[in-house]
Amino acid sequence: MNDLIQQAESVILKPVGLSINDIDRVMGGLMSSSIDQADIYFQSSRSESWVLEDGIVKDGNYNIEQGVGIRAVSGEKTGFAYSEELALPNLLDAARNVKAIARSGQAGIIKPTSRRSVPALYAAIDPLDSMSREDKVALLKRIDQQTRLIDSRIEQVIVSLIGVHDVILVAAENGSLNSDIRPLVRMNVSVIVEDNGRREQGGSGGGARQGYDYFLEDDRAMSYAREAVRLALVNLEAVDAPAGNMTVVLGPGWPGILLHEAIGHGLEGDFNRKGSSAFSGRIGEKVASPLCTVVDDGTLQNRRGSLSIDDEGAQSQCTTLIEKGVLKGYMQDKMNARLMGQAQTGNGRRESYAHLPMPRMTNTYMLAGKSDPGEILASVENGLYAVNFAGGQVDITSGKFVFSASEAYLIKNGKITTPVKGATLIGNGPDVLTKVSMVGNDLEFDSGVGTCGKEGQSVPVGVGQPTLKIDGLTVGGTHA
Amino acid sequence: MPNSVTNTPIGEQDIARLKNIAEDILSEAKKQGAGQVEAAISIGQGLSVNARLGEVETIEHHRDQGVGVTVYNGKKKGSASSTKLDLSSIKEMVTAACAIAHYAEDDPYSGLPEQALLATDFPDLSLHHPWALSAEAAIEMAVTCEDAARGYDEKITNSEGASVQTFEGTRVLANSLGFNHGYLASRHSMSCSVIGEIDGNMQRDYWYTVARKAQGMDSAVSVGEKAAERTVKRLGARSLSTRKCPVMFAADVSGGLIGHFISAIRGGNLYRKSTFLLDSIGRQVFPDFIDIYEQPLLSQAMGSSSYDAEGVATSERHIVEAGVVKGYVLGSYSARKLGMTTTANAGGVHNLTVKPGDLDFVQMLKEMNTGLLVTELIGQGVNTLTGDYSRGAAGFWVENGIIQFAVEEVTIAGNLKDIFQAVVAVGNDVDLRGNTRTGSILISEMTLAGS
Repeated sequence: MNDLIQQAESVILKPVGLSINDIDRVMGGLMSSSIDQADIYFQSSRSESWVLEDGIVKDGNYNIEQGVGIRAVSGEKTGFAYSEELALPNLLDAARNVKAIARSGQAGIIKPTSRRSVPALYAAIDPLDSMSREDKVALLKRIDQQTRLIDSRIEQVIVSLIGVHDVILVAAENGSLNSDIRPLVRMNVSVIVEDNGRREQGGSGGGARQGYDYFLEDDRAMSYAREAVRLALVNLEAVDAPAGNMTVVLGPGWPGILLHEAIGHGLEGDFNRKGSSAFSGRIGEKVASPLCTVVDDGTLQNRRGSLSIDDEGAQSQCTTLIEKGVLKGYMQDKMNARLMGQAQTGNGRRESYAHLPMPRMTNTYMLAGKSDPGEILASVENGLYAVNFAGGQVDITSGKFVFSASEAYLIKNGKITTPVKGATLIGNGPDVLTKVSMVGNDLEFDSGVGTCGKEGQSVPVGVGQPTLKIDGLTVGGTHA
Repeated sequence: MPNSVTNTPIGEQDIARLKNIAEDILSEAKKQGAGQVEAAISIGQGLSVNARLGEVETIEHHRDQGVGVTVYNGKKKGSASSTKLDLSSIKEMVTAACAIAHYAEDDPYSGLPEQALLATDFPDLSLHHPWALSAEAAIEMAVTCEDAARGYDEKITNSEGASVQTFEGTRVLANSLGFNHGYLASRHSMSCSVIGEIDGNMQRDYWYTVARKAQGMDSAVSVGEKAAERTVKRLGARSLSTRKCPVMFAADVSGGLIGHFISAIRGGNLYRKSTFLLDSIGRQVFPDFIDIYEQPLLSQAMGSSSYDAEGVATSERHIVEAGVVKGYVLGSYSARKLGMTTTANAGGVHNLTVKPGDLDFVQMLKEMNTGLLVTELIGQGVNTLTGDYSRGAAGFWVENGIIQFAVEEVTIAGNLKDIFQAVVAVGNDVDLRGNTRTGSILISEMTLAGS
């Protein structure tokens, strides 16, 4: 039952001579002021990366990160300190510093620590040990060699392999003690092709909360390579993108980055508690077409954005954000849920022990609709079909968001025609989904490469969606 | 009440301690069979405080440490890093780096920089000015800053708060060629972000100040007022119809354009042929009135350093002179790949400066006459290989040199090759806060897409 906690104890606490009793002591120190909420977050993380370029594995890096973050919250006020030194005096010192955030008052009630456990969504493995170094190097070299055989126009191939083994142990003011062991692997292939003096690039990749063997299953590694080459070759044919407002059809999967930027960030609890989001105070209102149901789901097995527990120890869940066009709920961490009188949703995440938790997305996606994707394309006389994206950004207050297409085609009379160069699409979060007129029956998830940045903190996330038709979005090309 | 927390300032004694650890790393790596070795150790500490709606919101105590090692086993390279500085962790880290080097493959271009290029002269650049800031004083300053913003205009209805931060630290760099040096640096900053509203539509903007010396920062009141002024000006923003028009990048966003240029002449992109500015030395990339140079030795500047991330001595130099590319941005690895010499840019450029023109901000608007003044850019949308550029923008529509109304939800697009050639003027309204120092930049034409 408490296998994970025992493992975390042996990885993090035992080597530095700490025990659960010591955690109780530190928590006792924290709770001696009028603190509403407190946590002690231990983390031990090992990661590695291997990079192949110019046909040789020329670089590798191994990183060990370990520390503890101690937080005390009183009302809306947060005190926070962290340390790479896990000795008890450092912890007690940090606790003294952070609890000063509270005005002196009645001491909080100290609850005895109880070990919690929830069903794990991924195996507690160490991906770094899931493959020998020889095999990692051989994998990169094989991908490079086989990629170069795909097309004679390939000039450059870069392959990278990244693995992370993250162990966390989090104790909270309510006496809960939780642990999680989070494997994460990722592989990327990027190529540069040249034809008649024109050079273009293409990239693809994937990952999961598994071991490196994930890349060997179903020929995944080579499928990334083939996709990278395909994209680069499409780009060789691309003409200037159009400029102006037009019908846009988004392909399934990774274009779900639309939901992450246009909807997701604006529905994070902190912005809504503070009233700084364009979605603030709009629960129960219609913010999308009735065809749209959008959820944030941290419970998908093995996915990059999934978490068995969030960084505050709350079990992750599937939260409905928009149901048939109506705004249903926000994503919450513990503090914002408490201050807004809502339930926690398992979205309290932090980049590391050295960062404060806040509400963050996990896997954000739109449920499948009824339309056949071919039917959706056939319904468009003139428009843009965008199937790959390079990233996005949102101003949550004005609601304006962008996402940059890296593979897109003109649609003419219901047919996909000429590929166009990368262009940024811009829209308004609170009304872009009201313009969704068709939703495909082809829900797909991204391949496991997403990273979300917020207030300087990066966390792995996922997105997904079926093919979508949006009746009007501004396309930022050069061809006016 | 929050108590004062004063950390012991980081000082020369810490540099001495870290230099000793660096020596330990070098000798451990030698013991484990490495040829060349480089070690870098950094420590830092600081305080950041955020106040919102007149009350403290967060107090964060920062104390960071990190160490990294790169070993070369012949021409095979491996690196490792850690947050632990104790001897057994260091051994473990060195072992990991050596293991990677064992499995990596020979790369004839790898290795430390040439010894003759390493810095031997370490002028005092006046980068370390610790600030004994108590949490109470930081809170008071943040509240003053936010109050100034909230009181600026009744249309300011909400706030994301104001923050005050102080940070000091050092990084020691050592290599097996005998280099072992570190210097202290501080960074203090204050920022404010407020929200305004009319007719149910909200806008947010912010402002910040940053300096090596606390006294070098703008006042709390001026930062707050500037944040509020910027927010209020954005209220009522609307989109524009799609058109081609002149675009002026305000000084606080124009550094981005120069950043795209630097990225296109960076060694990694050059040797991978992943840039639209391949073989650009000696070529006219900008109009002839453009000079771009590095000033690594400026006193107290944010980008100053007498050596780069590999220990190579920096010096003042032109990257662009009279519009012509004079030099690339190289570290020793990319330099060797290109058959050139490092330009001391491992880790980036140092106080990159675009020579200011004669016109101030208002005169620049007059020079543009009619077009888009861009004050914010969002999204990626820049392809360094092809030069294709397409980003989300917000700003103001200008007619006859006068701002008419705020603009949002538009994109601006073009190809950087053309955009650089189309620079009409650089203002003298230089933004000195960052590592790129430039005034506003006027481009004769770009494609604007909107409603």
